[in-house]
Amino acid sequence: MAASERNECLTEVDLGRRRFLISGATAAGGLLVGSPALHAMASAAGGGAAKIGHYIELLPDGDVIIGVAQPEIGQGVRTSLPMLVAEELDVEWSRVRIEQMPLGIVVTPDGASWKYGGQGVGGSTSITDAWPYLREVGATARRLLIQAAANRWQIEPAQCRTEPGFVVCESLGQRFGYAELAAEAAELPVPESPPTFKNPAEYRIVGTPQSVIDARDIVTGKARYGIDTHVEGMRYASIERSPWLDGTVASLDDSAARAVPGVVDVVVVEGPEPGAPFHILATGVAVVATSTWAAFKGREALEIEWERGPHTAESTEGFWAQCRNLLDKPGQVVRNDGDLDAALGAAATVVEARYELPYVNHAPLEPQNCFAHVSGDRVRIIAPTQMPSGANRAAHGVTGFPRENISVDMTRVGGGFGRRLTNDYVAEATVISQKTGLPIQLVWTREDDVQHDFYRPSGLHEMKAGVDANGRITAWTQRLASASKYYRRSGVEPDKLFEAELYVDDFPAGIVENLRLEWFDVQSGVPRGSWRAPAHTANAFVLQSFIDEVAHATGQDPLQLRLDLYGANRELPYGQHGGPTFNPWRLSRLLRHIADEIGYGDTRPAGRGVGLASHFTFGGYAAHAVEVTVGDRGDLRIDRIVAAVDCGLVVNPRGVEAQLQGGTCDGLSTALNQQITVRNGQIVQSNFDDYPLLRLADVPRTVETHILPYGDTPTGMGEIGIPTLAPALANAIFAASGVRIRKLPLLDQLKRAMS
Amino acid sequence: MVSFQVNGNPVTFDGEGDTPLLWVLRDHLHLRGSKFGCGIGQCGACSVHIDGRVRRSCVTPVSAVSDKTVTTIEGLAPDDERLHPVQQAWIEEDVPQCGYCQAGQIMAAADLLSRQPDPSDDDIDAGMTNICRCGTYVRIRKAVRRAAELVREGV
Repeated sequence: MAASERNECLTEVDLGRRRFLISGATAAGGLLVGSPALHAMASAAGGGAAKIGHYIELLPDGDVIIGVAQPEIGQGVRTSLPMLVAEELDVEWSRVRIEQMPLGIVVTPDGASWKYGGQGVGGSTSITDAWPYLREVGATARRLLIQAAANRWQIEPAQCRTEPGFVVCESLGQRFGYAELAAEAAELPVPESPPTFKNPAEYRIVGTPQSVIDARDIVTGKARYGIDTHVEGMRYASIERSPWLDGTVASLDDSAARAVPGVVDVVVVEGPEPGAPFHILATGVAVVATSTWAAFKGREALEIEWERGPHTAESTEGFWAQCRNLLDKPGQVVRNDGDLDAALGAAATVVEARYELPYVNHAPLEPQNCFAHVSGDRVRIIAPTQMPSGANRAAHGVTGFPRENISVDMTRVGGGFGRRLTNDYVAEATVISQKTGLPIQLVWTREDDVQHDFYRPSGLHEMKAGVDANGRITAWTQRLASASKYYRRSGVEPDKLFEAELYVDDFPAGIVENLRLEWFDVQSGVPRGSWRAPAHTANAFVLQSFIDEVAHATGQDPLQLRLDLYGANRELPYGQHGGPTFNPWRLSRLLRHIADEIGYGDTRPAGRGVGLASHFTFGGYAAHAVEVTVGDRGDLRIDRIVAAVDCGLVVNPRGVEAQLQGGTCDGLSTALNQQITVRNGQIVQSNFDDYPLLRLADVPRTVETHILPYGDTPTGMGEIGIPTLAPALANAIFAASGVRIRKLPLLDQLKRAMS
Repeated sequence: MVSFQVNGNPVTFDGEGDTPLLWVLRDHLHLRGSKFGCGIGQCGACSVHIDGRVRRSCVTPVSAVSDKTVTTIEGLAPDDERLHPVQQAWIEEDVPQCGYCQAGQIMAAADLLSRQPDPSDDDIDAGMTNICRCGTYVRIRKAVRRAAELVREGV
């Protein structure tokens, strides 16, 4: 996650994590449990504010509605987060319904504040951040209900217990349904002492496999995504953006566009100055019409001459040449342990390799879109976004209106992958609504999305390892020339650009004693951003491929070499996101498991081989084993994939499995086919015909997933399933064919190498 | 003016005949279960049935469905209480992640099973060409098989 996004997120979390709770009644008679900021809001609204808070509504029929503050992007939070509340509240999961909460912004005497704490989703943080807080919400509500029952019975709370949905007193032989007690519970003060959580052995919900809670809405077409927003009187907008990176409008003739039936207005949407932070990705011309199709047709009729901008000489070939030139010189040393040069000089064997990672597009299947209505001094936003506070900030940046005057409703999101951490499309929609005075829905086309993105950074990695006569790695260096995603990010100093590219505590830091990491700043006009498991997708490919290369070059077994390096069960310091510690032994545990499952040591026929990889991503541990067959002419068949994950305590095993399966497919899709290239300062690819995503027929028939629980706290699953697939695949291809893949995507490299 | 049936109801559209069926369904008929993904018939998020066969509505001009019968995801289930076996299987196998592509996937699977009640893996590969960006393919394959079972069981 980017620094600025993270900061926004942290601001929210800090405000939301005041470690005490309040309670109150909802207008519908439910029980409300939440933070003090929420209480201020409820008071300001005269106590009549229903549907707010980390709210729990206990309905007379026994159903329970639990609010979800985070947007659902496919990572499963609408299911997993309410599970935490329901567990400690002690209700039947089958009686739980959910309600998506909007962005909670409220004015307090201390200024604007967040009612519901952090609501952004990125960095695989939702379950980790919610684990203490939402259990506390559930446990506090349960405690208040017990107190209310005890008051009625005039007994001590200790004489009561709960069964799902009921407070029970054995000695009296009586029980109350939660809903009967809700109004009284809401009047009680929240005890100052923290609630007692359940013993995990008593869990009825956490740890059980649960399906997507709103699956029925999805399979019947009722689920509402951003693009499905319909507000009475709204108009539809589409933007023709500069096809040249940082291009601008030289001249515009919109007469033909305005003549297209249904077109109601045409306005220019200004992009940022070259080099300035991206509030919007590119300058464009918006056509507003009475239907989406009329807006698209009007857009086709625009006559625009573009000022081509400063990057017309940029090409992918030039990018790689620039990387190679940079690597000829010393770079910015970002970690330097021991004496690398001496260790390399003393090594019995030195292994070297370079790896290339391309720019990659996010391609969420729901194109970017946003409803915006600027009216008076208020803005209404309805958007599919990973960062609702950022949507608020984007609309504020356009209008200057007070942030509390800008409402943000989150819809279900048709895929995030990091793209919707950035709310440029919200800013665009706000500009269009402000300029036209209309409530509008902006819809991007697929071409817009492929050609205008905050792409995953591209880079060239130079690796070198020194190995002693006993096969021990004594020296290790990674030199990365890349286009940092912190490019044009406000508030990031030049010497910190590397922080988005190299995580200095990643394996094998702290294990190989002589280790140096260097970074080189590549100049490119291509916008960059966070792409699911930022930096880890590139670095896991490089590190886990290179370990294999070192093993083969020194006559060692790739599995055993990893196990030797990972070593004993211990915590190493890890200062980047996912820390504060990293236990490499947990990777060994996964590797042993999948090696056993896939028959790592079995003898295989010629042309068939197994590859392994393992990596630590944002607090979690994952490993892949891939088995492939490579034909004489380089035909690749993926026979089997075995994946394993250790995400700590498992909240929803069915959701964890889904993320691991999906991450595996995403990793495969990216490794096989995906790249964005540049020619003459323009993005070459434009849609799924030249940016092909994985389809069902490309997925091996055997994809197995294994979950190895660990410890007593969960870590997020949204990203960890991806990084290890590509290196495991490349290692398998080497084992099967002797061809080493050092450049992604794979495409036809194998066929060319073997012909 | 184009007249056709959608989910059993007669409808007319008096706009441009080259308007893709998808946008007529979404913007004019307010049936938003069929999704816009690529606009060139690649991803299949817009899949509907036209006279019982799966078609990509983003590249089907509305003029091409004149006097035809269109079924969208909203009209796939026989009634509000009962789901189509494919929808039922999709829930049982817990297929959706973001869910955006799933209406199209389900329409494709329903068409596949109407032609091939007991599809082989190869049949599923050939019949299920829609894109899922979340990579739910492992469960899609299981759900197609489960739906075939449900059909055989007469669900």
